[in-house]
Amino acid sequence: MTSQATASTTSANGAQTSTANMIQLEGIEKVYRTDRIETVALSDINLSVRAGEFISIMGPSGSGKSTLLNVIGLLDVPTGGKVSVNSKPVTSYGDKHLARVRNEEIGFVFQTFHLINDLSVVDNVEIPLLYRKGLSGAERRKLALRALDRVGLHARVHHFPSQLSGGQQQRVAIARAIVGNPRILLADEPTGNLDSQMGDEIMGVLKGLNDDGATIVMVTHDPRQSEKTERIVRLFDGRQVS
Amino acid sequence: MLKNYLKIAFKVFLRRKFFTFISLFAISFTLVVLMVAVSFLDHVFGAQPPETKLDRTIGVFHLQMKSPDDNNTWSSPGGYKFFDRYARNLPGVEIMSLLTDTFDGGKVYSYLDGNKIESYLKHTDGEFWRIMEFTFLEGGPFTSDDEKNANFVAVINEATRKKFFDGQSALGRTLEVDGQRFRVVGVVANVPYLRTIPFADIWVPISTMKTQAYKNQLLGGFNALFLARSKADFPMIKEEFQSRLKQVEFDDPKEYNRMIGYAETLFEFMSRPLTNSRQEEPAKVGRALATIFIIMILFMLLPAINLVNINISRIMERASEIGVRKAFGASSWTLVGQFIVENVLLSLIGGAIGFVLSRFVLRAITESGFFPYADFQLNYRVFLYGLAVAVFFGLMSGVYPAWKMSRLHPADALKGVAR
Repeated sequence: MTSQATASTTSANGAQTSTANMIQLEGIEKVYRTDRIETVALSDINLSVRAGEFISIMGPSGSGKSTLLNVIGLLDVPTGGKVSVNSKPVTSYGDKHLARVRNEEIGFVFQTFHLINDLSVVDNVEIPLLYRKGLSGAERRKLALRALDRVGLHARVHHFPSQLSGGQQQRVAIARAIVGNPRILLADEPTGNLDSQMGDEIMGVLKGLNDDGATIVMVTHDPRQSEKTERIVRLFDGRQVS
Repeated sequence: MLKNYLKIAFKVFLRRKFFTFISLFAISFTLVVLMVAVSFLDHVFGAQPPETKLDRTIGVFHLQMKSPDDNNTWSSPGGYKFFDRYARNLPGVEIMSLLTDTFDGGKVYSYLDGNKIESYLKHTDGEFWRIMEFTFLEGGPFTSDDEKNANFVAVINEATRKKFFDGQSALGRTLEVDGQRFRVVGVVANVPYLRTIPFADIWVPISTMKTQAYKNQLLGGFNALFLARSKADFPMIKEEFQSRLKQVEFDDPKEYNRMIGYAETLFEFMSRPLTNSRQEEPAKVGRALATIFIIMILFMLLPAINLVNINISRIMERASEIGVRKAFGASSWTLVGQFIVENVLLSLIGGAIGFVLSRFVLRAITESGFFPYADFQLNYRVFLYGLAVAVFFGLMSGVYPAWKMSRLHPADALKGVAR
């Protein structure tokens, strides 16, 4: 078990980071059951991620990387174990409460972007803010434009996803992930659908967000990208091997 | 948030044009048929001039005479002799009127300047004009004295004035109908063909009939109308009418010795075929209304089921969007709300199209002349009910698949897994 630290440190770029655990998993199990088959996707995962840390999760296909990320992001419910996000024990939370934690604490970046093609770039970025109380339309628009500016897409705000390149779509997805200013950014193979140059650009954006204090957990197949993170967690057959 | 929902809804409607078309067609077509059917029923049975006192009016529209062995039955509108001798002075009746059945030999012909003119002729007494409230454009009705004295006077409708007098004033002028000449004492607004009791082109006194044979007939060609003092008197009138039937003296009791009939509202009379009620039993109004209601529900159920299927397909294919919204903070109820907004919007658009189409169809039917002098109006109250039902079905058809999808774990939804 990992104990929870409370001290603060200063990172290499000078940003203040807390050493408190932003994410803490204890004895996580995830088993998929059908009538005849029981598949163990995750087994006894114990993981602590400090605030401001940038870690990567690696492992072969089917090793449980994405499942682990989904459990961390409260997108999937573990069969056993405890999940804490920003020191909140969320395992027992109901649908509404989980939705609020996802909205306020976590941003997601997916391999296939998952942008809504019927909405413009800026409308896509506004989505997380729609579920946050007390924001006017003008405020939402202002925050969305600021997020797009941060990922260098201020000139494409009224385009639709289908009018953008893969790299640009992933930038939109990142803008959507950070628009609500979450403490945690979860990225599931964010460079998986991009060529190496665009992949590097996206990694640059993520690194910049980490430098600004975001805690990032990234699933990747690419050793070159994982080397850019502070720590690598390796999975094999649903077990944590390092 | 609503703006975002609406934006998404319109985009989805446009992206899935065929589904949208089918949905809108189902909603609007259902509403149009419902509106036309209701308008038709309202046109036939609703209180409107000249039948403004329908709530107090019942009548006898059909009678049967039975032979002693029940093997022979004579069915027909009632006869003048029967009504005159046995149906007068019923308790609770304020006014009684006798009138011929326009559709039972009422079609007559005139010749004017070599042209053949077809008209519907109705013979009535003077009381008829006290029960009915016609809109007189010229003059007034003929009276009971005119009927008593067999004065050859007539009230004509506007269309007849146009045919015979080129639309000019007809008051005091004469017209020849079926070989008889009548002096026009009044001109009324056209009465729709489907208002079967008052409808005619020309109304003349009963006593001007070509022969007086009608005075000796128990059956044949006449209806009786009773204006009750109040609706509460209907049961008493009906009961007394039944007892009067037992008093009938038949010309040849060996041939016919029993008279069967009912004092009833026009709706009761017209509902008999719907409920397969024989003449020997009272009309089953409750069953008729239930039948109409069930037909309407079944008619609306089919497009509703269709809508449910369409909505399930439409929502299932948006699993990924649901996953994204859940990942970024939408709760299950929020998503149900979004899909409800979409379905309500679709239903309202369908309702608006249905409203416009209903007006168009009703106007087309009115102008077709298929039902002479008909003026089919949109019944706004029924339209709102119909729209409410459409929105209700829209909600129901959207809530189930939306709720099913909203219960998905976001991870499954993002994978597009719709279980």
